[in-house]
Amino acid sequence: MFAYLVKRAIQAVAVMFAISLIAFAIQGNLGDPLRELVGQSVSEEVRQQLRDELGLNDPFLTQYLRFVGNALQGDLGTSYFFKEPALEVILKKLPATLELVLGATVIIIGFSVPLGVYTAIRPDAVLSRVIMALSILGISVPVFLTAIMMIFVFSVEWGWLPSFGRGDVVHVWGYWETNFLSLDGWEHILLPSVALASIMLPLFVRLIRAEMMEVLQSEYVRYAKAKGIAPWRIYFIHALKNTLLPVITVGGVQIGTMVAYTILTETVFQWPGMGFMFLEAVNRVDTPLIVAYLIVVGFIFVVTNTIVDLIYGLVNPTVNIARMGA
Amino acid sequence: MQKLMSRVAAAAMAAALSTGAFAETSIKVAYDADPVSLDPYEQLSGGTLQLSHMVFDPLVRWTQDLQFEGRLADSWEQVDATTMRFHLRKGIKFHSGNAFTAKDVDWTFDRIKESADFKGIFAPFTDVVVVDDHTIDLKTAEPFPLVLHTATYLFAMDSAYYSGTTAEGADKSEIVKHGDSFASRNMSGTGPFIVTEREQGVKVVFDRYDGYWDTASAGNVDEIILTPIKEDPTRVAALLSGDVDFIAPVPPTDLKRVEGADGVNLITMPGTRIITFQMNQNRVEAFKDPKVRLAIDYAINNQGIVDRIMRGFGTVAGQASPAGYLGYSGDYAPRFDLARAKELMSEAGYADGFSVTMMAPNNRYVNDDKIAQAVASMLSQINITVDLQTMPKAQYWPTFDERAADMMMIGWHADTEDSANFHQFLTACPNADNGNGQYNSGSFCNEAADKLMDAANTETDVAKRTEALQKLEGILYDEAAFIPLHWQNLAWGAKDGMNAGEIVNALNFPYFGDLVVSE
Repeated sequence: MFAYLVKRAIQAVAVMFAISLIAFAIQGNLGDPLRELVGQSVSEEVRQQLRDELGLNDPFLTQYLRFVGNALQGDLGTSYFFKEPALEVILKKLPATLELVLGATVIIIGFSVPLGVYTAIRPDAVLSRVIMALSILGISVPVFLTAIMMIFVFSVEWGWLPSFGRGDVVHVWGYWETNFLSLDGWEHILLPSVALASIMLPLFVRLIRAEMMEVLQSEYVRYAKAKGIAPWRIYFIHALKNTLLPVITVGGVQIGTMVAYTILTETVFQWPGMGFMFLEAVNRVDTPLIVAYLIVVGFIFVVTNTIVDLIYGLVNPTVNIARMGA
Repeated sequence: MQKLMSRVAAAAMAAALSTGAFAETSIKVAYDADPVSLDPYEQLSGGTLQLSHMVFDPLVRWTQDLQFEGRLADSWEQVDATTMRFHLRKGIKFHSGNAFTAKDVDWTFDRIKESADFKGIFAPFTDVVVVDDHTIDLKTAEPFPLVLHTATYLFAMDSAYYSGTTAEGADKSEIVKHGDSFASRNMSGTGPFIVTEREQGVKVVFDRYDGYWDTASAGNVDEIILTPIKEDPTRVAALLSGDVDFIAPVPPTDLKRVEGADGVNLITMPGTRIITFQMNQNRVEAFKDPKVRLAIDYAINNQGIVDRIMRGFGTVAGQASPAGYLGYSGDYAPRFDLARAKELMSEAGYADGFSVTMMAPNNRYVNDDKIAQAVASMLSQINITVDLQTMPKAQYWPTFDERAADMMMIGWHADTEDSANFHQFLTACPNADNGNGQYNSGSFCNEAADKLMDAANTETDVAKRTEALQKLEGILYDEAAFIPLHWQNLAWGAKDGMNAGEIVNALNFPYFGDLVVSE
């Protein structure tokens, strides 16, 4: 177990280095940060002077080594726009994004399991067909369209829910302000969470359904039926548990993808998280913030994948984590 | 009757005040972006100026009909050809409690000279001379016609407040483009509002300044919460659902929706930003021929672009200067005549046409990429084949600096609100020494036009100046130096009772201090 963790940690560092190098290499093509820092009529001479001050005229390797040197001391650069250390900016925005992802995850788990199981055991029911048809629709409609449609229906037409932002958040600890401790907060997080969940939920419903149907054909389920065990026990205890392994694998990867989808959701809802921050940083050519974001997101991917591997062992005893580390 | 009513209202208000039942007027405003910094001289942008007009006051400001109105300056007079004297209002106090005097103006002027973004505008000025506590002289090296135009950028900062060093030992007055500075996080001005809370990219909260000098202003807003909402549909939805009271800009696609919605008003106004295409004569031999340039101008249906792509949300242009500027003349009408365009192409010997590359941004101006597509297809009718590439502004500007395509789109708003500025940056002979033609990707060069600009820049007689500037734009028009398309309109959306129409202007900095909200 310990050897496995060490191995994963070394892998993670290698991945981080690769990401930082790639992020640094592409930043030259993202545009000229000076354009966003100065007014349109500022002369080229003044621009060059500012470029020198920022160290943007140094050779690539000099800039990269300087960056790595600072990064090893925990300094990922200073955002041009926020005028604060990039890492701090991201950490401030992180809770908003994590809460949104959490909200969406709860919706996905809460709906995908019962719907998936139901459509598997009653494949011919009318309701199952409706669910499957809707899931196709859900997968094919882009998340920003879903989001805008929801805003127009629930905020503009019916006036039930607020159209943008986080509303009144409650301060918990450090940079963490939560939506979950006030009614206004709940109202604000509902639409964005549903929008974010809309893209993943159908996927999971279909995945659980497919796995479940396969398991239901297996010998032990038939045997259990023959033995007279209550159907709900067969479905939810015996069968469901054996469908979860592939679901968790896909889920781990999808949580990472969900972080990517937060960029769209947060932009539409003006949600002050790091996805929206990233898109703005790209628009403003805030290169230190872009590089820091890529590194942080890379880190999140590595961590979630490691956790998924660990959960494997808990769900399926035949997966031997210790041996994976050898 | 009206008078009686207002007296009754005043009495009722006094009664309400005395019993402590006075309700605060708080409004929520959503813009597409929030100010980059609290420092009024860090970055020259619309967002900064909008903020400056809320927290600071300029010496003079523009009125809705583009006249000057005294703010910190009570009155002004020309002392000699190179000196303008401003008499400052007395009894004004900064938010910090410090008294506002002439030395604050002097101090601010010196600070502006250190600002990369603003020093260009103030370049003609050599000095501010403090005559007494409430009188200053603005001095220029040459006679300068735009003294008042420039004075709209002079927002007096609280010199005592911004002097000294911070706990970390940094100079409080320094202007830092990137990173932390005292002035980017702290403010003390004379303006109607004080920033009480700010989370960058999320919201800024303004409270009315109790000691605001302009007691004649009927403005009654006690609190403003400014939220940036980047996405157009979300911003419109926020207004329609009642989450915010005032939005800008309203995107062209939603103009009808906002106009037709109950309880919400649409306010539009012709803007001053011109959208143009430039034709690079260094890259394409044919563009050296004025006939070809004219043919292109004749081939492009500006009106069609405004009607269909901009949905009427623009003013068709035949020149760079919009109406109200000295260089504007009704004679320079937009050209569109396909037959004439084909004729000119044949005369120039290009009846069979040629191929060009074209580049335009896709997130800088309203519908910029769609406009470029329309222009490209219009040019195909005179046998010019266009290879069009559009890209985000972040990538576009470095490409523009390289002059990477034969035709490039550029929009321009004159910081000085003056005609000469358009020519200086867009069509003057490119010259790295004096910075002329910095955005002249067409490399158009006409000595006579440049001479007219130089003359206009030192001519203080308005009639003579108008003549020079109109003549200058006439040369550009006859030569088809560039392709003018339209001036982008401005649009704001406001809830009923906001009376926002009174405080907006073509420069797009609403004077919130004067906003009257009626219930």
